[in-house]
Amino acid sequence: MDTLNVPEGRTGRYDVRGLAEPDAEAPKIARVDGESAVFDAAELSPRLINLELRRLIYDEGVAEVTIENPGARHSIAVGILTRCRIRINGSLGYFGCGLADGPEIHITGRVGWSVAENMMAGVVVIDRNAGSLTGAAIRGGDLVVRGHVGARTGIDQKGGTIIVGGNAGSMTGFMMQRGRQIICGDVGGGMGDSMYDGAIYVGGKVTSLGVDCVESEMTPADEELIDRKFRIYGLDRPDSFRKFVCGRKLWNYDNLEPSERKLVL
Amino acid sequence: MCGIAGIIHKDGPGDVGDEMTRMLQSMKHRGPDSAGYALYGDPSELLVMRFKLANPNEARDFDFSERLERSRREVESRLVKLGATIDRVHGESEYAYRASFRYEGELKPLADYVENVPGCEVLSLGYSLEIIKDLGDAQTVSDQYKLGEFRGTHAIGHVRMATESDVDISGAHPYWAYPFSDVAVVHNGQLTNYHRWRRRLERTGHRFQSECDSEIIAVYLAERMADGLSLETAMKQSLDDLDGVFTYLVVTENSLGMAKDEMAAKPLVLYTGENMVALASEETAIRAVLPQEIDTYDPYEREVLVWTR
Repeated sequence: MDTLNVPEGRTGRYDVRGLAEPDAEAPKIARVDGESAVFDAAELSPRLINLELRRLIYDEGVAEVTIENPGARHSIAVGILTRCRIRINGSLGYFGCGLADGPEIHITGRVGWSVAENMMAGVVVIDRNAGSLTGAAIRGGDLVVRGHVGARTGIDQKGGTIIVGGNAGSMTGFMMQRGRQIICGDVGGGMGDSMYDGAIYVGGKVTSLGVDCVESEMTPADEELIDRKFRIYGLDRPDSFRKFVCGRKLWNYDNLEPSERKLVL
Repeated sequence: MCGIAGIIHKDGPGDVGDEMTRMLQSMKHRGPDSAGYALYGDPSELLVMRFKLANPNEARDFDFSERLERSRREVESRLVKLGATIDRVHGESEYAYRASFRYEGELKPLADYVENVPGCEVLSLGYSLEIIKDLGDAQTVSDQYKLGEFRGTHAIGHVRMATESDVDISGAHPYWAYPFSDVAVVHNGQLTNYHRWRRRLERTGHRFQSECDSEIIAVYLAERMADGLSLETAMKQSLDDLDGVFTYLVVTENSLGMAKDEMAAKPLVLYTGENMVALASEETAIRAVLPQEIDTYDPYEREVLVWTR
């Protein structure tokens, strides 16, 4: 195994795949109290935090884990594939809570770029702001940000629900294919650009719509969905929402290219 | 990838040298090739010039040190010839120097004349600005140039992952806005209309020391400000004039500014407190100087913000 770029003050190593500290073992510092556990991450590297978290959830069968002092570190609580509750008391850096399938995660601070990327199922609630690429490519579950989010929220979204209490940046819902986004505040330029399907509900102003994104009618089913979600997460509901969907002008799935047509005929 | 960071104290000087080192070191993974600082100390009546006479990875031939000594004497004699009263010229490392002197004339002829000395590059020129950049991570550069003790009001810094030009001091950020005193820029991103702007600015008499696209941002802003625009207006204009993806920070004698391109493609996290503003590519860098839980946010596309100390 090669030793590369070891951060100062850390004895970490990287294996050929780029996995940090491949020989590391869970520090076993958590205070376990029956079904719940709590540990302080202040002195741990991201790898050790994740090892400790996985040990508690998978080996100890703890149902509720609290992480103190996450210190805006990157890639925390990634790849949790079981039902459990995780509470993160503080802020996360980039790529937090990605590849989740099942957990309910509550982050009391802020998160950086790409939170809950590719979530399959579960709930991620963030009490403050989030960076760009929030909920990129999620396929299911609920992602709730009570503050503002950056650009490209729900890029390539394939399912699930993204709820934003504040404003969203440009290119929100870029290339989304299914699922819903409910944004209470204003949205930046190019919203819903090249979206295939799904719906974006906006409570505030929209700077501009992207290519092939059009406004549609709110139905009673839409109102009921929004009401239900807002009740669950205890959010203040704006008076009215506008609904935006795909205009289907770019749907050319059945059209053959001229060269292909020749082959078929 | 690159990492950028900036900090400004509104309530008088702080330990910006140490703070910037900690911020940059926590982002070492974003760029281990070189690290650079633009620090603002107390404004003095003397001009401070940081310059280098060789590159760190240059071959050390038998008369390397004598050649540097000759060049240094030549720089000094040229300063005197232009009417400067030299206070002190001090070697900060094997090949980088700091000169302080009294000088009343135009800065452009001075910089041009000095840079005509073989191997010489003026890294910064100003009454309070000092640019320090070298190969290695932030801690290495800080130790080498003893930046831990530097006190000042504001600073920007950069850790570089070289993508489009060489790994040497010329390619390292921050860039001084030649020939404008006390202005410097750090940049994260790529500019796609670099060559067009470089040709345009070269025609109006600017010099470029590197092949690095970021250098044009500094010169571009300097030229706009020389035309009488405010820093903020110049930065807003740059959003339309520069193509590509970028987040850049700019510092002048008394202010710190940030600008983000229309795609918001490069990250920046911003913390605005009562007495200080800190911003960086990653929140970990801000947390390196503010360990408590803080409220931060990501600026949006086409956002230009300027803070004054």
